[in-house]
Amino acid sequence: MLLILWGVLIQFTIPIDNGDALKNAEADSQRTLYPYVTGTSIVAIKYKDGVLMASDMGGSYGSTLRYKNIERVKAIGKHSLLGASGEISDFQEILRYLDELVLNDNMWDDGNSLGPKEVHNYLTRVMYNRRNKFNPLWNTLVLGGVKNGEIYLGMVSMIGVSFEDNHVATGFGNHLARPILRDEWRADLSFEDGVKLLEKCMRVLLYRDRSAINKLQIAKITEEGVTVSQPYSLKTFWEFQAFHNPTAGAQGSW
Amino acid sequence: MTQSGVDVPPKGGFSFDLCKRNDMLIQKGLKAPSFLKTGTTIVGLIFKDGVILGADTRATEGPIVADKNCEKIHYMAPNIYCCGAGTAADTEAVTDMVSSQLRLHRYQTGRDSRVITALTLLKKHLFSYQGHVSAALVLGGVDITGPHLHTIYPHGSTDTLPFATMGSGSLAAMSVFEAKYKEGLTRDEGIKLVAEAICSGIFNDLGSGSNVDICVITKGHKEYLRNYMEPNPRTYVSSKGYSFTKKTEVLRTKITPLMERVEITEVGEAMEE
Repeated sequence: MLLILWGVLIQFTIPIDNGDALKNAEADSQRTLYPYVTGTSIVAIKYKDGVLMASDMGGSYGSTLRYKNIERVKAIGKHSLLGASGEISDFQEILRYLDELVLNDNMWDDGNSLGPKEVHNYLTRVMYNRRNKFNPLWNTLVLGGVKNGEIYLGMVSMIGVSFEDNHVATGFGNHLARPILRDEWRADLSFEDGVKLLEKCMRVLLYRDRSAINKLQIAKITEEGVTVSQPYSLKTFWEFQAFHNPTAGAQGSW
Repeated sequence: MTQSGVDVPPKGGFSFDLCKRNDMLIQKGLKAPSFLKTGTTIVGLIFKDGVILGADTRATEGPIVADKNCEKIHYMAPNIYCCGAGTAADTEAVTDMVSSQLRLHRYQTGRDSRVITALTLLKKHLFSYQGHVSAALVLGGVDITGPHLHTIYPHGSTDTLPFATMGSGSLAAMSVFEAKYKEGLTRDEGIKLVAEAICSGIFNDLGSGSNVDICVITKGHKEYLRNYMEPNPRTYVSSKGYSFTKKTEVLRTKITPLMERVEITEVGEAMEE
């Protein structure tokens, strides 16, 4: 739609939401093509009393560590915990959707509340639908919770792949944390052992993932409710003798 | 192309003459043949008295397992071994070539080979091919100056490390190393840790699988433990074995001795000197 005003050309573009995001050039600016501010991995496990979820508090802008105080794990309703890696703005949008969902649920005032299974299903539908319109929410979400004694832990990716498991990891955690979890997870982990296991995984991620920072939060959800720990940092060890002067015995190598 | 009257001898290094032709063929739709890759987990570890190298034994050709039990720990010198990941032909050729160069060097100098000699020879070769020789190596050995462990990347850069992993399963193996490595490991602890790291690669990476090979090198002594662990045995093997029930019927027997039909005559002179 063009409007010629005093010889000056002003062009208005009406956002076209015909769903055909792939072919429509104007709609191109309306769909997610790349992530900008991203969070790195989330690692979560089921333990004796519920679910433990760990994440660091960093938000990277490309290769810059731009934000160091982002909470990537949030409580949803009374029974669930949601952690997200990937685009932070899309995570905030998802939180808005879930806010609306929980609000509507509360308004029914029927004594029933959304459990983790229901929230997981809702998220799967949302993510898959957005992927079908070629306008994905660029996140991998981890959903954990306890309702009526049943402990639930599941994951949804940005293309809508969803499943539940005893332990999950996103991003770099897929490659670095999963082998450790597969080897050392047990069904009857106590809270202290669970935290120790998560810290082991987060430490390896801290050493080997370039977008990880040494400031993490561990969130716990049980039948009683949600607790998110204060941010803290892990002890790291850099004093291996062999790293001090690695080429001492191999002159000419670097 | 300029027409030159003088024949210029070909310069050394990679000749890029056919690259344009290859690009043109790919544009026309020709599928380039795929390489036999070793999609791999290889690791190395320095322990109290020397070096331990470990590798899995699966060789893949795209999505297919081409060799269930190949050898990825290559001999370089009596005191130096090298694990190879990447294109199988490249790792074999490069390690064989440097192994013979090392032997000739040993004859010339009369001394045991040093690990940095192997390192420099490999690094020079790989760099001159600008990454086209797709070999990622973990080189380990014990020489007069002590135990050494190096990683060499296809483009020619190297690292000197106390523990190293390479290949598609390197992250899975590295997570085990980062969580469990400590200094002053004994031989048994070192072997256990290396086996654990390779198993982590075997079970968590699709490009690695089958068995675990280990090589322990100490001062003056080496042990090549081929198939140290076999965590993937064949589950269902028929106890009866194979037998063919129907034996072929013999209808007629005729034996013709051939020796009587051949006449050997000595002709011609003895070979000229």
